[in-house]
Amino acid sequence: MEYRTVPSICPYCGCGCGVLLEVAEGRLIGVLPQKGHPVNDGKLCIKGWTCHEFVHSERRLTKPLIKEGEGFREASWEEALGLVASRLKEIKEKEGPSSIAFLCSAKCTNEENYLLQKFSRAVIGTNNIDHCARL
Amino acid sequence: MEPLKERVKELLEKGEIGGFLGYRGDLPYLFTRAEELDGLAVSPRRYPLPQILAKLQGLYPEGRFGLLVRGCDERSLIELIKNNKIQSERVVPLGVACDQELAERCGCERPYPTEVLLGEKVEGKEGWELLERLEAMDEEERFRFWMSQFAKCIKCYGCRNICPQCFCDTCALEEEDLIAGGTIPPEMPAFHLVRAFHMAGRCVDCGLCEEACPAGIPLRTLYKEVRRAVKDLFGYEPGLSVEEKEPFGYLGDGRYEVPERLK
Ligand code: SF4
Ligand code: SF4
Repeated sequence: MEYRTVPSICPYCGCGCGVLLEVAEGRLIGVLPQKGHPVNDGKLCIKGWTCHEFVHSERRLTKPLIKEGEGFREASWEEALGLVASRLKEIKEKEGPSSIAFLCSAKCTNEENYLLQKFSRAVIGTNNIDHCARL
Repeated sequence: MEPLKERVKELLEKGEIGGFLGYRGDLPYLFTRAEELDGLAVSPRRYPLPQILAKLQGLYPEGRFGLLVRGCDERSLIELIKNNKIQSERVVPLGVACDQELAERCGCERPYPTEVLLGEKVEGKEGWELLERLEAMDEEERFRFWMSQFAKCIKCYGCRNICPQCFCDTCALEEEDLIAGGTIPPEMPAFHLVRAFHMAGRCVDCGLCEEACPAGIPLRTLYKEVRRAVKDLFGYEPGLSVEEKEPFGYLGDGRYEVPERLK
C-alpha cells in the first residue's frame, strides 16, 4: 500500500501556487491545495485543482508528431527538430525574419522563456515574441 | 504523540491494519511500517482525511486502515459510513482532541472525537456571529449581501473538491442545464444554493470549504443555515452517530410529520 502527498508547484500559470500531488502506487490520483504556502495558502483555481489530470492521460502527446496532409505521423525528436530548423531557416531566408513569431508559455520556467526570446532575437532576428498569458 | 504512535505501531505490527492515514509533518501520509512512525505528527493544517480514506478503500478493496480523527474528521467519517462511502469494518479511527487555539480558530463546537487517545478535550464555541448579523438584516439587505458574496466566485470548485461530504459521481454543479457553462461568476444564486441544498443532512461544519475558497466567501455560514433548518425540521445533526437515521433515509415513506411548532 502506498499513499503520500508530494509538495510541488502548479504547472499552469506564473503565480506559482503550492499543490500537494497525491500519489498511490507510483501514480498521481489527485491534487490538494498546499496549506500554509506563501502564494496560495490552501486555495487553488480550477486549473490547479485539475493539474494532475494530464499526467497519465491517454490523450497526452508523448512523441513528436509531424503534420502530413490532413493528419499527423509520429516522428523521432531528431527528425522533428531537424524539420523545424530547416523550415525556420528557409522561411527566414525567403520572407525575412519578421515573418516569424514565437509564443512562449507560463508553463515554462523563467530560464526557458529567457532562452526563447534570446533565440528569437539573436538567432532568428525578430522581436515578434509574445506569451500565452496575452492570448 | 507517544500514546498515538504506540497504538499505531501495535496495530501495524499485529497486522490489524495495513496502513495508518495521518500526517507526516504537515502532509497527509499513509504509514505502512512501524519504523516510519517517528515522522507521525498532528498538523494543525487540516486536510480531508476521511475523504482520502474513502479513496484508499476503493483503491485497496481488501485493505484495512487506521485513521487519525479529530472531532470534525470523526463527524465526516460517520456520515461517509452512513452513505456507504467507507466500510466501517475496514477502518480503525484513532482520536485526537484539538487544542484551544485550533478550536477557537475553527469556531468548532465539538473539537474532539468520542474517544480521545491524544490531547485533552477543550470546550469549543461555535462561531455564529455572521449568521446572527445576517439575521438582523431585512430580507432584501440579506439577499444583497449574499449576491455580492456570490459575485466573487471564480468557480474553482474548491469548496466541492475539498468537502469530505461531496462524493457524488456526477455533480449537479457541472450540469449545464442547471448551471450554464463558460461564465464567471457561475449562475447566481443557483450555483451556491444548489450546493447548499445538497449539504442538507450532510454538512458536518468542518469549515474546510471556507478555508479553501480563494474568493473569501463565508460558505460555512451559508451551510450553517442549512444545518439549522435540518435540525429544526428533522431533529437531525449530521455526524453524531452511525445508527441514527438521516432524513434522506426515511423521507417519502410517510413516517415524517412536520413538527407542530413549524406548521
Ligand atoms: S463545512 Fe464545508 S467542507 Fe465541511 S462538510 Fe460542510 S460543506 Fe463540506
Ligand atoms: S471555493 Fe469559493 S470561488 Fe471556488 S467555487 Fe467554491 S465558492 Fe466559488
